[in-house]
Amino acid sequence: MDFATILQIVDSAVRLMTPLLLACLAGLYSERAGIFDIGLEGKMLMAAFTSASVAYATGTVWLGLLAGIGGALALSLVHGLASITFRGNQLISGVAINFLAAGLTVLLGQKIFGLGGRTPSLEGDARFHAITLPFAENLRGVPVIGPIYAEVISGHTVLVYLAFALVPLTWWVLYRTRFGLRLRAVGENPASVDTAGVSVTRMRYAAVAICGVLCGIAGAYLATGISAGFVKDMTAGRGYIALAALIFAKWRPWPALFATFLFGLMEAVSNRFPDLDLGFVTIPSMFMNALPYILTVIILAGFVGRAIPPRAGGEPYVKER
Amino acid sequence: MERMPKWADVILTPLISLVLAFAISALVILAIGESPVEALKVMVEGALLSSYGWGYTLYYATNFVFTGLAVMVAYHAGLFNIGGEGQAAIGGLGVTLVLLYLPWPHWALALPAAMVGAALFGALWALIPAWLQARRGSHIVITTIMFNFIAAALLNYLLVNVLRPQGSMDPASASFPPATHLPKLSDMALGLGFEWGKNTPANITFFIAIGACLLVWLLIWRTRLGYEIRALGKSEPAAVYAGISPTRIIVIAMLISGALAGLMAINNVMGEAERLIFNAVEGAGFIGIAVALMGRNHPFGVFLAALLFGFLYQGGGELALWTTIPRELIIVIQALVILFTGALDNMVRMPLERFFMAMRKRGGA
Repeated sequence: MDFATILQIVDSAVRLMTPLLLACLAGLYSERAGIFDIGLEGKMLMAAFTSASVAYATGTVWLGLLAGIGGALALSLVHGLASITFRGNQLISGVAINFLAAGLTVLLGQKIFGLGGRTPSLEGDARFHAITLPFAENLRGVPVIGPIYAEVISGHTVLVYLAFALVPLTWWVLYRTRFGLRLRAVGENPASVDTAGVSVTRMRYAAVAICGVLCGIAGAYLATGISAGFVKDMTAGRGYIALAALIFAKWRPWPALFATFLFGLMEAVSNRFPDLDLGFVTIPSMFMNALPYILTVIILAGFVGRAIPPRAGGEPYVKER
Repeated sequence: MERMPKWADVILTPLISLVLAFAISALVILAIGESPVEALKVMVEGALLSSYGWGYTLYYATNFVFTGLAVMVAYHAGLFNIGGEGQAAIGGLGVTLVLLYLPWPHWALALPAAMVGAALFGALWALIPAWLQARRGSHIVITTIMFNFIAAALLNYLLVNVLRPQGSMDPASASFPPATHLPKLSDMALGLGFEWGKNTPANITFFIAIGACLLVWLLIWRTRLGYEIRALGKSEPAAVYAGISPTRIIVIAMLISGALAGLMAINNVMGEAERLIFNAVEGAGFIGIAVALMGRNHPFGVFLAALLFGFLYQGGGELALWTTIPRELIIVIQALVILFTGALDNMVRMPLERFFMAMRKRGGA
């Protein structure tokens, strides 16, 4: 395997990790505030559909992005109602949201476009296009750094750079702002936040809404960045891989970056080498596809450092009377 | 003091939740420009007004009874098993190995052996998540989700590389020998002298499903183990105080749950496809969640809910055939049932409780 191939694989890993990273950060906000969210998958799927539909109808990808955020936010609201206001089971609500999105996207897609749940292909301004960073072509000649800059760092859509910028931003919000302190406190010990006179309900709704916005961007990237349009069930388990990455990263932003890069890299490698021949043994592509899940189970088992979720996660908060 | 009478808790609340779920489903049908009444008519006609429709409805219902019972048993122990999909798929692998690699002279001998294979494989697939939950505290919901994906990858690998007969292109195992084919309900009806459900996949497994409902009822409410499972589900500290080992109960409850999910393979793999195909479970593992929630985690309720979902499933197929409404309508209905009977339960319950409290106050004064 030569240098150019490695660069291509890393480049495609960056592309593939972006929706994972966005969804993972989305889950991070929600779960840090004590709201488990296994509905990342559904929210991304809904966002992919709404963004592709609106981008097609208006021919403007930015309106598509807004619609994607709107679609995901609507499902976030359902999740918030079920798990915050009506103190229902957050896991069951997440399962319901995933099915709701899987069904509604096809139903509406068939009604609007009549293509069996697909949207028509997006062209021109209805898609996000790659941005060539300054001097990428001039620097290509520089040994090692030049090709890395031109191939891996340059040439992605704006959403990819946004996703990467969100990592330090999330770190800053979580650990350096009052909002972040309260958010984390609500996930660990909501009663203490309540005692301090801060509304637990409002904090949790804010977290769930942020989660919706990020899932919306992730879905929009899938349908208008990586692909040119929505196809049925296009998230294909990415929401669950993001969930796995979140556990892998132990609910922290910087490790989330590395976890999603690792999982993106696995997907890139298995795309490039369906059956990876290591000389002494051939690794089937199915194994590479299952590896994120296997790794997560091992992490969860606590054999490689223990993953401890936010303490109040999954529990509705009941104010004492 | 109870906040509302038992009948309101057991019957009225789920009924209102269901009505809400179906009302919104009707709105969805209206929104895509179709008539809900027409849609219902097509569904009833296609699923209930002919023995052919019933043959499919009962076949699907049989699947959902098993996965519904699987979710239910785990639920009583306070565990949410989303892994029915993977457990049922791996159960299919157990059935396939038993039927393909052992010689069977007659289906009546093959059936119990295949049941053992299905239950054993399903239970083993639930064992690791169970053990991780019990001993390492890793959340069973996450691990069972992960195991669904691992099961899909494993089966994909086995079907493409190991079980696929030479020269065949599609990822499926060889067909099972004819001696192991289960009698269909239509054959049994012919044996009794009348024609019913010709060319439908409903088979003898339907009666096994009914038996499973009875056994699960006995287990949960009439045995010591069932008592321990329910005690753990209600309160872990109380169960520990009563000398019940949570580890033991979690593992046993999940083994039973996985075995029940695995047994579904008797119906779809041995009874219908008569070979192992990729994605044989077709989401039945997830429908089990809706079935268990709707059936209020009681075997009788699970049976009724499974029948309803069997009807929806078959009716949904007919809808896709005769109208422009896609099959996915059923997924939306399933989602709404899970949402309203599971997650938004309190939305119905809280006002009802208030209503009954007010009634009682007036009655007392």
